[in-house]
Amino acid sequence: MSGLPTRRALIPALALASAGLMLAACAQEPAASSSSSAAAATSAAASAAASAAASTAASTAASSAAPAASSAAAALDGCSPENLTLVNPGALTIGTDTPAYPPYFVTDDPAKQDAGDPASGQGFESAVAYAVADKLGFTKDQVKWTVVPFNSSYAPGDKAFDFDVNQISITPKRQKVVDFSDGYYTVNQAVVALNDSPIAGATSVADLAKAKLGAQVGTTSLDFITNVIKPADKPFVYNDTNDAKSALQNGQIDGIVVDLPTAFFITAAEIDNSKIVGQFKAQDGGEQFGALFAKGNPLVTCVNKALAALKDSGELQQIQDQWLAGAAAPYFTE
Amino acid sequence: MTTTTPAPGSPVAYKDPVRQALARRKARRDAFVGMASLIGFTIVVAVLVSRTPGWPVVQETFFNPAEFKDTLPGLLEAFLLNVKIFLIAEPIILVFSLLIALTRTLQSPIFLPLRVLATIYVDVFRGVPTILVIFLLGFGVPALRLQGVPTNPVFWGTAALILSYSAYVAEVFRAGIGSVHPSQRMAARSLGLSTLQTNRYVVLPQAIRNVVPPLLNDFISLQKDTALVSVLGPIEVLRQAQIDASSTFNYTAYVAAACIFIALTIPMTRFADWVQARMSRRQRAGAVA
Repeated sequence: MSGLPTRRALIPALALASAGLMLAACAQEPAASSSSSAAAATSAAASAAASAAASTAASTAASSAAPAASSAAAALDGCSPENLTLVNPGALTIGTDTPAYPPYFVTDDPAKQDAGDPASGQGFESAVAYAVADKLGFTKDQVKWTVVPFNSSYAPGDKAFDFDVNQISITPKRQKVVDFSDGYYTVNQAVVALNDSPIAGATSVADLAKAKLGAQVGTTSLDFITNVIKPADKPFVYNDTNDAKSALQNGQIDGIVVDLPTAFFITAAEIDNSKIVGQFKAQDGGEQFGALFAKGNPLVTCVNKALAALKDSGELQQIQDQWLAGAAAPYFTE
Repeated sequence: MTTTTPAPGSPVAYKDPVRQALARRKARRDAFVGMASLIGFTIVVAVLVSRTPGWPVVQETFFNPAEFKDTLPGLLEAFLLNVKIFLIAEPIILVFSLLIALTRTLQSPIFLPLRVLATIYVDVFRGVPTILVIFLLGFGVPALRLQGVPTNPVFWGTAALILSYSAYVAEVFRAGIGSVHPSQRMAARSLGLSTLQTNRYVVLPQAIRNVVPPLLNDFISLQKDTALVSVLGPIEVLRQAQIDASSTFNYTAYVAAACIFIALTIPMTRFADWVQARMSRRQRAGAVA
């Protein structure tokens, strides 16, 4: 009979233990944001909980090295790593989606040319991010990248990153729920089609009226189709640009609408027999890519100062010329 | 005494008028108490929930009436695509899966390759997630660029749903066929019916009646899984809700889409319940409760 009390106590004990484990897991959640991906959540939770001690040790070591390296970059008032509010103190956490598309993120690895490596510093947005980090006084090692799905980046809520660079256009609707830095690139929308597509020869917006166009959900490209091109058929909407590209190659759609640099990369490197049918003139003052911040994040002012410094010194234009050296694409007429 | 004359020879249940009156009064009282309890409970829950600190934000984000009204027409229009998909898919699934189930029940050894094929089909398509099948067929097959093969994403999405669901429904049919007592087959054999005739006149009518509730269950599940076709591009209700939600950052569109699905499902579930109740009544007919 001595086994019975043990068994009677075992089940409540197991219940308490599992409840305690769940509470502990939930307690680590507030460190991550509810609107970021599972990878971001695990990385933030892991860094917050497991390596709290390790990161403070690393940051003290790094920040002792940083002032020596960044004394030249202390031109930004009040914007050095010590007095910035950061998600992970001592490191600049930048978010982007995966796959990270070229030419915004590029990798040396010849086997992986369709997706870039943000940490390599190669590619337009990767280079801009590292340039901004450098102006703020961070070394290359102090920059950490985290995965944030595109659609959850501009959704309201806490963020597990300091800022996000992912070809996110600044729009008034998004600005109501998140903060943007100043624009770092003015973007035009373009149409990509296969060479034998029915719209391959389109020269005006009216020529696209009967087209089956595709775009990624939640993007300004999709809004562009709905509000500017207004084709007779409903657009085809995909979870990400890769699916849209597959559909284009399969002939399921006549063309996809993406931003101009992406269009160049697709036609140059990814899809054979494709062409840029044309690009659209900027509407309503044009679209700009901006770095995305959680609403009310004070880091915006410092990043804006860094971007202004990069623009003034011509470094931003240099980066743009290096990675987005564009040939011209014809403009659609109305 | 009894108010109806019983059929000759059937057992007579004596209906005492006093007990009947008491039973009616009790039933009325129970209904009143039940209704009062339900209303009181709802009021208590509503008051408690509306007083929680997070409720205004939750209501604004998920249950915003203005957003609901704005997005509902677009969602209903997109829902027509879902309706089209499942109305086309369901009859094909029923026929195809019945064929598979019958193939698996064939006894003759010469049909072994067919039985093996049917078993492999069921195992594979029950094991693979439906969304994976949709990706494979929706993006993979058109990529082959075969002559005469359609590339329409709705077509391949529906085909993927049909393939995936036929595996499940085939097992339901097989269970139904197995639930018919072997004595039925033996009796049919003794009457001189062939296997085909046995299946057609004896086994299948009973088998299908036995599995109507699980079949309705799978139909309801199919209605919801039509939302998976959205990954191939066509705008159906889930994608439309996502487009609305990602432009306003208000998730009421998702709640509205859920309401549309529920509004469709509830009549089906009540119908399934009614069918099941009617079947059990018939099976218990003649027995004294």
